[in-house]
Amino acid sequence: MAESQATPEPAAEPKPDPASEPAPSAEPAPKPDRGRPGRRWWVAGIAIAALVVVVLAPLASSDPDGLQRVAIDQGFIGQAQNFISGLLAGYAIPGIDDPRLSKILSGLLGVAIVLGVMYVLGRVLARRRA
Amino acid sequence: MDFYSITTAARLAVRVPPEMHAADRFLSVPVAIVFWVITAVVIGIAVQRTNRNLDERSVPLMGVMAAFIFAAQMFNFQVAGGTSGHLLGGVLAAVLLGPWAATLVMACVIAVQALVFSDGGLVVMGANIFNMAIIGTLGGFALYRLLCGLFGGEDRGRIPAAAIAGWASVVAGAIAMSLELIVSGTSPAEVVLPAMLGVHIFIGVGEALVTAAALAFIATARPDLLDLRPDRAARLAGAAPA
Repeated sequence: MAESQATPEPAAEPKPDPASEPAPSAEPAPKPDRGRPGRRWWVAGIAIAALVVVVLAPLASSDPDGLQRVAIDQGFIGQAQNFISGLLAGYAIPGIDDPRLSKILSGLLGVAIVLGVMYVLGRVLARRRA
Repeated sequence: MDFYSITTAARLAVRVPPEMHAADRFLSVPVAIVFWVITAVVIGIAVQRTNRNLDERSVPLMGVMAAFIFAAQMFNFQVAGGTSGHLLGGVLAAVLLGPWAATLVMACVIAVQALVFSDGGLVVMGANIFNMAIIGTLGGFALYRLLCGLFGGEDRGRIPAAAIAGWASVVAGAIAMSLELIVSGTSPAEVVLPAMLGVHIFIGVGEALVTAAALAFIATARPDLLDLRPDRAARLAGAAPA
């Protein structure tokens, strides 16, 4: 049942802004799915990811994770240093003071970034098959 | 005078957040380089295979998997006292996309984490990708296939096979990380191996549960997505897999 056609739109942002429509492709202009429920399943998938960020990430345990725990206990946590600091290092947006909001926003941004990168990579690599 | 002291002037030390992949100074330079080489080779193969085998209908799934895994990796769940863990997602991605596309998805997540959020160093990214992506997507998927065979076919054995493979991928990743730390001289074997294993056999349970739940959800809500994986798609189309 390989009916789930991928609509060739740019990946939807997990924010209220509507994704811009691309030039029409082989399919008719996308409408809200009536005849085929769940056709835009990937919207739900992205929504789930966004939900995980918004709801679950702030609830995350503040205990150190496995590797960090071992590093602390065994004394090499002092080596936890990276050469380059990312723009949003530590999942925080500089300028936003509320740590939860900062984490949520940076998480949503990260989701958007991986979506974009993966979508482009996928389009470049994957092939249309009969 | 070592490599690290030479670059000290340019280095920005970053405060490490709770969700943490290996930082640059955890591993020695030779170890980091070896794993960069391994990872680069595997990613090269993954790009080739994905280009050859992946149907464009899988592209949205690649995006969604990357988004979901990135998000889920931000959520640390409590494990044994004083420790947390997070999802890896390599086996989940491989079951849905096949091992090669899954490798690219996972590598993308880890790269974005390191480049944008400093969650993981750049020098050690090769090792991080190897431990958290490649072991799971390649090794974990192989184990998954083996277990499906033992459980009477993929359609019947999918959930338990994926759960077990997910658990194993976390443990194997922890072992790999430990070996890298040991060879780098960061921590002695008798100390770091039991410590890492002790924690990750529990974190692996979380991986198993999330992997099983996600697959159960997809099998219920959109079972057709399970057939996008190249080998399944090929079998359904009646053609021999490429």
